Amino acid sequence: MRKFSQKHLLGIKEISTQDIELVFETADNFKSIINRPIKKVPSLRDVTIANIFFENSTRTRISFELAQKRLSADIINFSASSSSVSKGETLIDTVKNILAMKVDMVVMRHPAPGACQFLSRHIPASIVNAGDGTHEHPTQALLDAYSIRERLGSVKGKKIVIVGDITHSRVALSNIFCLQKLGAEVMVCGPSTLIPRHIESLGVKVETNLMKALEWCDVANMLRIQLERQDMKYFPSLREYSMLYGLDKERLDRLNKEIVVMHPGPINRGVEITSDVADSKHSIILDQVENGVAVRMAVMFLLAGQQA
Amino acid sequence: MMTERIILEKKQFQLTIDRLCYQLIENHNDFSETALVGMQPRGILLSRRIKARLEELTGIQNILYGELDIAFYRDDFRRGNELILPNELKIHFSMSNKKIVLIDDVLYTGRTIRSALDAITDFGRPDKVELLVLIDRLYSRQLPIQADYKGLTVDTRANDKVKVQWKEQHKKDVVYILPVQEK
Repeated sequence: MRKFSQKHLLGIKEISTQDIELVFETADNFKSIINRPIKKVPSLRDVTIANIFFENSTRTRISFELAQKRLSADIINFSASSSSVSKGETLIDTVKNILAMKVDMVVMRHPAPGACQFLSRHIPASIVNAGDGTHEHPTQALLDAYSIRERLGSVKGKKIVIVGDITHSRVALSNIFCLQKLGAEVMVCGPSTLIPRHIESLGVKVETNLMKALEWCDVANMLRIQLERQDMKYFPSLREYSMLYGLDKERLDRLNKEIVVMHPGPINRGVEITSDVADSKHSIILDQVENGVAVRMAVMFLLAGQQA
Repeated sequence: MMTERIILEKKQFQLTIDRLCYQLIENHNDFSETALVGMQPRGILLSRRIKARLEELTGIQNILYGELDIAFYRDDFRRGNELILPNELKIHFSMSNKKIVLIDDVLYTGRTIRSALDAITDFGRPDKVELLVLIDRLYSRQLPIQADYKGLTVDTRANDKVKVQWKEQHKKDVVYILPVQEK
């Protein structure tokens, strides 16, 4: 009998290739469900899920919420800005109080790397990491890989370049783990100040010239510059960054092949990607958003299904 | 030693399928308002066989056909030890105003069919839902559900397993009872 190997989804690092494939196969079913007139199934009707967001989020939060509603789960939303966290309550106390109200699963985003790991040692509920600082964002990586699989048929053997702020990006780290587990080759590309030292030790290629990276790849995943996490200046100006690392139509046209363009959102149009590229047929940005709901439904269905 | 008892095979098996098809023809005329729906995972081999045989017998080539998966509608989700995983679902039509013939291999507790009835309402409001099964296990129902078309009715003990094997998967069509030994 196949099963999901983990009780939580803390990061891609902890799960196996089989787990990832199980999520994808389950997500296929949910994708067909969210495309039919009645987009809801009763699977999780006796499951209560708390969405605890200590950091701002639009897409991820709406995506999780929609996924939970489509699974018929009961949900409570909690955001740090409007809560007792500002009164000095600790993370464990906050979550334990919420769990005392009989919650079965926690979806958490937190600015501190490892926050979900820490919490998982102290509470009995399943935890889904919706982004912990600069560490991991596993559901984003799963939906990215799922979208590549959907567009190109498979992830195995494909060449994927992740462009931008690698140092501050949890999406980059989760993507590297996920794509490698699925047999893809991964390259990171960006200004050397935004590429962590020793990242080659993860088995990724490093390139500082965007054009060379684009010529090498099948898929380019353009990341946002995370100004909110940057404590100092890593490059002279956004304008210069955009000139050297922004993906525009002219660069795409210079390639003598078609590549797939991805972006985890939110897009800074005109910085890492221009509007004409973001809205072109090469872009699967909106497919990523649609697949996000199906993949998150699959993750929560699999985690809920094993806790009897 | 476990001994399996064969209850249906060879010519009898084919005759049973034929009889079920003729019963369907009797009630559904030209099948213009009817949709056949096989139940994943084990009912689809029967439903594919029925569809093919019906097309042979009537010459109608476009009988509406779908395969339904009920994993998300089961009432034992999170209540057993095994993770329930979905199978592929292929319903590419609205069930509104149709006569649906649900097709499964074995009718036992009736819980699968209850889940299927739930699932069907998510695809529209059918005029009528009928149930066709190859094997009807007597005295084992946990819900008030009965089949409209039955291949064979058998009396089994609760622990027995009824196994249906198909030519497509096991090289021959056979149904047998596997008694579970008491300890």
